[in-house]
Amino acid sequence: MTDTPTAQSTHGSGPFIAAIDQGTTSSRCIVFDRDGRIVAVDQKEHEQIFPKPGWVEHDAAEIWANVQEVVAGAIGKAAQDVPGFTPADVKAIGITNQRETTLLWDRHTGEPVHNALVWQDTRTDALCRELGRNVGQDRFRRETGLPLASYFAGPKIRWLLDNVEGLRERAEAGDILFGTMDSWVIWNLTGGVDGGVHVTDVTNASRTLLMNLHTLDWDEKILASIGVPAAVLPQIRSSSEVYGTTSVGGLADVPVASALGDQQAALFGQTCFAQGEAKSTYGTGTFMLMNTGETPVNSYNGLITTVGYRIGDAAPVYALEGSIAVTGSLVQWMRDQMGLISTAAEIETLASSVADNGGAYFVPAFSGLFAPYWRDDARGVIAGLTRYVTKAHIARAVLEATAWQTREIADAMTKDSGVELTALKVDGGMTSNNLLMQTLADFLDAPVVRPMVAETTCLGAAYAAGLAVGFWPDTDALRANWKRAAEWTPRMEAADRDREYKHWLKAVQATMGWIEEEH
Amino acid sequence: MPGHIQSLERAAAILRLLAGGERRLGLSDVASSLGLAKGTTHGILRTLQQEGFVEQDPVSGKYQLGAELLRLGNSYLDVHELRARALVWTDDLARSSGEAAYLGVLHQQGVLIVHHVFRPDDSRQVLEVGAMQPLHSTALGKVLAAFDPVAHSEAAEGERTALTGRTVTTAEDFEAVLELARARGWAADLEETWEGVASVAAPVYDRRRMPVGAVGITGAVERVCEGTEIRARLVAAVRDCARAVSRDLGAGRF
Repeated sequence: MTDTPTAQSTHGSGPFIAAIDQGTTSSRCIVFDRDGRIVAVDQKEHEQIFPKPGWVEHDAAEIWANVQEVVAGAIGKAAQDVPGFTPADVKAIGITNQRETTLLWDRHTGEPVHNALVWQDTRTDALCRELGRNVGQDRFRRETGLPLASYFAGPKIRWLLDNVEGLRERAEAGDILFGTMDSWVIWNLTGGVDGGVHVTDVTNASRTLLMNLHTLDWDEKILASIGVPAAVLPQIRSSSEVYGTTSVGGLADVPVASALGDQQAALFGQTCFAQGEAKSTYGTGTFMLMNTGETPVNSYNGLITTVGYRIGDAAPVYALEGSIAVTGSLVQWMRDQMGLISTAAEIETLASSVADNGGAYFVPAFSGLFAPYWRDDARGVIAGLTRYVTKAHIARAVLEATAWQTREIADAMTKDSGVELTALKVDGGMTSNNLLMQTLADFLDAPVVRPMVAETTCLGAAYAAGLAVGFWPDTDALRANWKRAAEWTPRMEAADRDREYKHWLKAVQATMGWIEEEH
Repeated sequence: MPGHIQSLERAAAILRLLAGGERRLGLSDVASSLGLAKGTTHGILRTLQQEGFVEQDPVSGKYQLGAELLRLGNSYLDVHELRARALVWTDDLARSSGEAAYLGVLHQQGVLIVHHVFRPDDSRQVLEVGAMQPLHSTALGKVLAAFDPVAHSEAAEGERTALTGRTVTTAEDFEAVLELARARGWAADLEETWEGVASVAAPVYDRRRMPVGAVGITGAVERVCEGTEIRARLVAAVRDCARAVSRDLGAGRF
């Protein structure tokens, strides 16, 4: 059978914006058109290196090779699929990246001095406790908005300086450059040893524990306390401006025009430009960010204060961030460890076979309780078991766990910011789970909205780059691109919600104090 | 004994051999174990390999059981898996067509909507996931009835209520509609279910080329139709989407 010939390409014609997503497991490049629709995608995974338990590294040279490959790949696919496409139709390229992953390299050779230390790497746990001195993990919170935790870049730099032979001397002599993955990619894109620009954006800098949230500059006192020489640090720039130009992957002098940490990029891609707007990305774990406007809001409820984005010379926009360690990974656990389902999607089938949780509650505190509790003596609990409970009830409790944890973060955000959540914009793999999305709307008592573009992270980087070169005039034009694909509205009775929430909180209490000795 | 096919018996013997003992066997091991000529054994192994029942290790050249065998015993496609695979493609369909997109599967005597993407305008819309639609009058239903034999018998034997003046109700006319759908590879509903509403849908196949669902768009007849026909551009968009989802489910290019 022959196809009906398509008269015109469904993707229209150029110009276009490209975005690189340098993520934890892979690097991707996506080309978008003016409506924010995907024209071409290319992706390549890189190796996860585990030298010891708790240590996670990436080979930065491999990552840079992959980035060049996926840019060329996406450009090639666009040339194939879009009639008349030339690389000159790409008006700017933006970058979004795995946050906090830390690299030091030699500015003269462009060679990394060590594998990059990935955000999940916990080798700086002891160092962070030591840096907390008598104050504890909130020692730098007022300046940086962050707790002293092993995720963040500053202590990772210190570890490298302490543990790579001769590195501190070379760093102090100005021969070594530090960067999170945005800096590494931009430096290489703009020429590397041949005049590459050494910059980072405010959102990435806000995850180093080294930047003062109020001045948006490196904090000299903290640099001295952690032991990081200022000579290694990149210049902090806005998230949306032209840093330089690139000619990799067949591009010709294309402006490199944005950088945003991945979760901030998703906030931008979801067009959460007004105070109180929030997005939540449901993957293995979940990250929820709320735009809190032009002043940083201190958290007293276990959230992180971070920069949301900054467009050129405009005032910076701050965000509160709450993360949930175990969401999608709980479904994977049900599949791989428990064998109760054979694919992740089946959790919905199993959960839908019963009308409620049968009295069971599942608190997946596998490595302690995170926001808003921060209790590392907690461990996972399935509470409320009776002979009536079946695996279907447990499946339901699994989905409810993600929804209740989101509710707890939302409550903490409301307490800290004084702003009530009016709607939640969602993205990520778990948004295909209809029962979960409905449960989320029910538990939050607010509408849950899914946009039409699933790739909000790359889209955010593309938007910021496009704004910088005038491809889009302003954020209103971006808002007009945002299309609602689905909306779930709350259907739960208030009394039921209150009762269930009370049970959930009781189950949370039951997890605490399981580990008797704190390290 | 009439009815016994020697090559099938030999194929079964090869599968049993690969299922027990050493998992990977070379061609000569298989041939000598079963007392067959190498040429005969190779022919059977190659056929089994084409069907996915046997896989050959590219390095050692040895044979082992294929993934298809495992799937045979567990072949039911979860509708939520189907939705997860269809998500990006149906988003794109709604965007490129400007209409609401739906994914439906056979459920009892009707079409169960398992996924719904809003029309990309700012109008208020209600999520219709979980709703049932009639098999005999909607584009999704006709596609299922035309391509899935189980859906066909449900639609043929069930009651075909006249929902509008244009609903096809007689058996003969209904079969002619399905015949047209099979010939074209898609089906339409021109105000046959709801006044003023038209839709177009195409079949989604899994890796074994079984029809597992239908994907389509629905909208005001003024937008979706040109004269008395669905706009060719929209038909193409729906079929592109159905092909993309099928490809994602592992169906070969077609």
